[in-house]
Amino acid sequence: MNNAIDIRMVTKTYGTVTALKAVSLSIMDNEFFTLLGPSGCGKTTLLRMIAGFEDVTQGDILLFGQNIATLDPNLRPVNTVFQQYALFPHMSVIDNVAFGLKMKGLDLPTRTARAGEMLEMVHLSSFADRLPAQLSGGQQQRVALARALAPQPKVLLLDEPLSALDLKLRQAMRMELKQLQQDTGITFIFVTHDQEEALTMSNRIAVMSAGHVQQIGTPRDIYETPVNRFVADFIGETNLLEVDVASIAGDRAQVILPGGHAITCSTATHDAGRHHLSIRPERLTLVPLGAGMEAVVDQVIYLGTDLQVLVRLDGGTPLQVRIQNAARTQVPAPGSRIGLHLEEGAARLLAD
Amino acid sequence: MALRSVRHYPSFFSIAMLCLIILYAPLIVVMVYSFNDSPSITNWGGLSLRWYFDVFTGPEAPRFRAAAWNSLTIAVLAATIATAIATAAALAMLRAGKFKGRSLTFALINLPLMVPEIVIAVATLIFFTMIGFTTGYLTILIAHITFCIPFAYLPIAARLQGIDGSYEAAARDLYATRAQSFWLVLLPLMAPGVISGYLLAFIISLDDFIITNFVKGAGMETLPTAIFGSVKQGIKPNIMAISTLMLGVSILFVTLSYLINRKGRQSP
Ligand SMILES: Nc1ncnc2c1ncn2[C@@H]1O[C@H](COP(=O)(O)OP(=O)(O)OP(=O)(O)O)[C@@H](O)[C@H]1O
Ligand SMILES: [Mg+2]
Repeated sequence: MNNAIDIRMVTKTYGTVTALKAVSLSIMDNEFFTLLGPSGCGKTTLLRMIAGFEDVTQGDILLFGQNIATLDPNLRPVNTVFQQYALFPHMSVIDNVAFGLKMKGLDLPTRTARAGEMLEMVHLSSFADRLPAQLSGGQQQRVALARALAPQPKVLLLDEPLSALDLKLRQAMRMELKQLQQDTGITFIFVTHDQEEALTMSNRIAVMSAGHVQQIGTPRDIYETPVNRFVADFIGETNLLEVDVASIAGDRAQVILPGGHAITCSTATHDAGRHHLSIRPERLTLVPLGAGMEAVVDQVIYLGTDLQVLVRLDGGTPLQVRIQNAARTQVPAPGSRIGLHLEEGAARLLAD
Repeated sequence: MALRSVRHYPSFFSIAMLCLIILYAPLIVVMVYSFNDSPSITNWGGLSLRWYFDVFTGPEAPRFRAAAWNSLTIAVLAATIATAIATAAALAMLRAGKFKGRSLTFALINLPLMVPEIVIAVATLIFFTMIGFTTGYLTILIAHITFCIPFAYLPIAARLQGIDGSYEAAARDLYATRAQSFWLVLLPLMAPGVISGYLLAFIISLDDFIITNFVKGAGMETLPTAIFGSVKQGIKPNIMAISTLMLGVSILFVTLSYLINRKGRQSP
């Protein structure tokens, strides 16, 4: 058994509120795994149950094959980086980092040496004797990381650790976290509601909504082959159109766009009828009139690296198109008619 | 029209002065006259420490010394025990989650603040008599512990309420047992509240008169009851000296409690 964590049919209720409904998922060893979902979907609850801060109402949690669902948190070889860091304010930085080692019974020279190494790893050696209150938010975050990694846990849990940082620092920390995960070889379970963060850092992502896991897959899977409307809508930007299915064969479907144009797309459903179709804005290209679909340009929005072109298909269905803002790009004039090209199979038919 | 500061309201100054005089004039008179070099309590006879020496060496000195010793030991014991109980109570109220009778418990802890002291005094005396407990040092101590608990509880609970649960979670996550997480993380964070509660309980015990007077039994004196007994035979200047000394101790403790609380609030 080489799964780091197996969540088996875990349900969590608070009184009458059901926070998680029969969630099952497996996280592999040495994986950067992300729980992604909107606020209130149960990410923190799941993480806290893995850490042992919350009782499991029903189901099992296995850590490398061992059921830990009823163990006290201090008996689980799992450490947490808290959202607000929760550094002990009355202890110096080095004492914070050495705390877990002390509780594990390591002697003073060993734990001082090890805590020193950890501080070096997060580039904070010169801050060892400061109190947490004397550090910036980004530095506190690194101390929290060092503290959680020092006892060499089998799994590291991170609950939105970057959300308190400003944008620049957040982006820098993403890379650093990812690097740290690769260097240490420890399984990371990362919680976020920021899809960009999830896409850039993760090996795999579990998209959650309302206590259910909607889809588990690599960032590419999740982005390009979402299984349902929620996932397609939540990850990135997309055009969602209601379409009629003409035919389905295997993982391909023929659908009729509003306006009458027929296209071939990949499909997540095998039921005929009316479904939602997802078309990513960057998969649409503007082409000269004549071939394929036609549309009217409504508005062009300048985004710096990109241009967002809002168009309407015949029949009034709005679509957004992303084109690169390159030197040779011809900016379409609002009101003009243009052709739209969609790569074969670039659209995806979704289950509800 | 611009709102005027309350300082510019008519007769603001005179009302403020009146309040200050009512509040502090008696204290100031006692403090000043405790340094009076005259056996009269009304005529000024020059500056001296005569009555302070009298407190420690005069005819009433042994009585005051015994009473002071009782007061001090009772205050230390009562404050210590009450603080321990109040800390446990605060943990149960704020960290044990919701339990049946939580509001009732809260009311019970704070009852001594609401019930008139004389009622507690009478009830305690009757209770001790009914169960055949001989009144004396121990009854005073028990009574003091009881009414000190809410005074210790309030600053401790206020402090604990401000401490996020994630510190304890972090300690437990880092392999600390329940006990280690309390002693190494939670208690140090609660310390300002605990010390402040202790000092408050100490002062409340030190200067309690009504309840002590009821439950002390014959021959037992604390400083307040000894002073009262002495005053009944006529006010002498040594009473002013001893009162000033007690006032000094009170101010010292209340200030300490305030400073510790304020320092605690700056660093969570
Ligand atoms: N102690 C609790 N008592 C009752 N309900 C709770 C409790 N903790 C969480 N919940 C509920 O469980 C659900 C999931 O909460 P959770 O904190 O796991 O969400 P989340 O996905 O972490 O959201 P966020 O992104 O806002 O942190 C929510 O509906 C929440 O209201
Ligand atoms: Mg959360």
